[in-house]
Amino acid sequence: MAKDMMSGFALYQPTDLKNALSLITKFGSDGWILAGGYDSLDWFKDRIKRPKAVIDLSGITGLRDVRETNNGIEIGALTTLTEIHQNSLIKQKFNLLSEAAGKVASPQIRNYGTIGGNVCQDTRCWYYRYGLDCYRAGGNTCYADTPQGLNREHCLFNADRCVAVSPSDTAPALIALEAEMIVVNQTGEQAIAAEDFFIGPGIDIERMTVLKPGDVLTTIRIPNTWAGAQFYFEKVADRNTWDFALVNIASAMKIKDNVIIEIRMACGGVECVPKRLTVVENVVRGNPRDEETAQLAANSASRGATPLNQNHFKIPLMENLVKRAIREA
Amino acid sequence: MSSNVNFYDPGADSALEELEEGTGAARTGLGRNGTSRRAFIKGIIAAGATVSAGFMLHGLAGCTREVPVRGAVERLISLNVNGTVRRVDVLPQETLAMTLRYKLGLTGTKLGCDRSECGACTVLLDDVTTYACSTLTHTVRKSQITTIEGLQAANGDLHPVQQAFIDELGPQCGFCTPGQIMSTIALLKSSPRPTREEAQMALSGNLCRCGAYDHYLNSVMRAAGEA
Repeated sequence: MAKDMMSGFALYQPTDLKNALSLITKFGSDGWILAGGYDSLDWFKDRIKRPKAVIDLSGITGLRDVRETNNGIEIGALTTLTEIHQNSLIKQKFNLLSEAAGKVASPQIRNYGTIGGNVCQDTRCWYYRYGLDCYRAGGNTCYADTPQGLNREHCLFNADRCVAVSPSDTAPALIALEAEMIVVNQTGEQAIAAEDFFIGPGIDIERMTVLKPGDVLTTIRIPNTWAGAQFYFEKVADRNTWDFALVNIASAMKIKDNVIIEIRMACGGVECVPKRLTVVENVVRGNPRDEETAQLAANSASRGATPLNQNHFKIPLMENLVKRAIREA
Repeated sequence: MSSNVNFYDPGADSALEELEEGTGAARTGLGRNGTSRRAFIKGIIAAGATVSAGFMLHGLAGCTREVPVRGAVERLISLNVNGTVRRVDVLPQETLAMTLRYKLGLTGTKLGCDRSECGACTVLLDDVTTYACSTLTHTVRKSQITTIEGLQAANGDLHPVQQAFIDELGPQCGFCTPGQIMSTIALLKSSPRPTREEAQMALSGNLCRCGAYDHYLNSVMRAAGEA
């Protein structure tokens, strides 16, 4: 029972971004930014994160809508996953994102979980979530990458002490769509490509994104570059709801006379960041869309993978998803 | 400190009794001394809650000092629950499930996992489902909250969805049923004639350890014909 009771904190509910930013700056690393709350509250209940102040952004209305702009769309970071899944503008232009949002967790979580929260959430490695003193938590060991470690869900690529993976379903879609993340802090605003928004353990082992204390992700911009392209999204998980992806894939292709003229593809669940599959893109660009190209793409996708004891299955899984993305989009 | 913070609000006693009147269990399940089984169990829960609340506050004494924080939320708030505005004292870190069950006596909302992984605590906020265990009460001050207790008519008649769940023998043990019913209500409000596949999707955020999913889906389809 005591474990399920959260530590006390002061709750702030600013109604505009300016106030929110001054609170966030004031509390720094003692503060916690709350959006939908579905990830945050688990951390608090487990007493692993014990912020002194929680700043609830849900009252800031300007951050919760989807707008059409001259060269694309803008999505407020507080837009819920259900809203993104059902939004007609997104469906019409970037159905890839709509599909990805509809595959996240369960209906109740999508109803209040936000796109900002979904891309900013921390990794789900259970050793880390359990509160152990692993590298990511500031310690000097990894519990997953050991002979006895349960690492079926962990990474194939670019491990650096930590072998955790990116859990988000919408992040690969945003990378495939060349989205830009607008990050705001008290000194100003910055647009960061979705691909650079996520960072691996080699850059900072304690963070999954470029966000530092004081930063807020406010908006996601998607340019019209890929509007109406041929999309493919698939998520493979142990269960059909709730579960995080073992591997997911998001791709956008432009095809003319059955030749793939342009392609962008990203894969989740195989690396600490959503993995942009540039090798696959280069291999298939200019080739006809057929079984041979799909096979070539699949073989190139897993090049360089270094599986752990229990996640070898992710290699054929990833290859097959790439194959389907080429063949069935 | 613990003396002026009641996790179980004695003032809610009368509310509990009101709630009991008119429910099927209260009418038929009277014990030897005239108390219903449900009222008896609630009494036990209340006693337990008082004790454990004291324990919790003791454990938290270091971090929940009652120092007012400038600009932070007020603890005494009004909540619109099942069409009634109720005043309630809510801690900043309190979840809606805790408020509903232990402050307002609305124990129809169940707590299963307390981690948004089971769906037993599903309630409606402005006709949209959410997990009450993972929603801070302070974030829903402006919403219309509907719990399972808010479904039946003033004269005690069950909601058509509740009746459909009984007629199709939907529940087995019944613990997940309030959540399943709330998800069904939300589904039928947005889509009155769902297909079985749509119903599966709508109820996919509610676990049933008895595995009575097919019976629940039968109930939803029956309710869709009648609601």
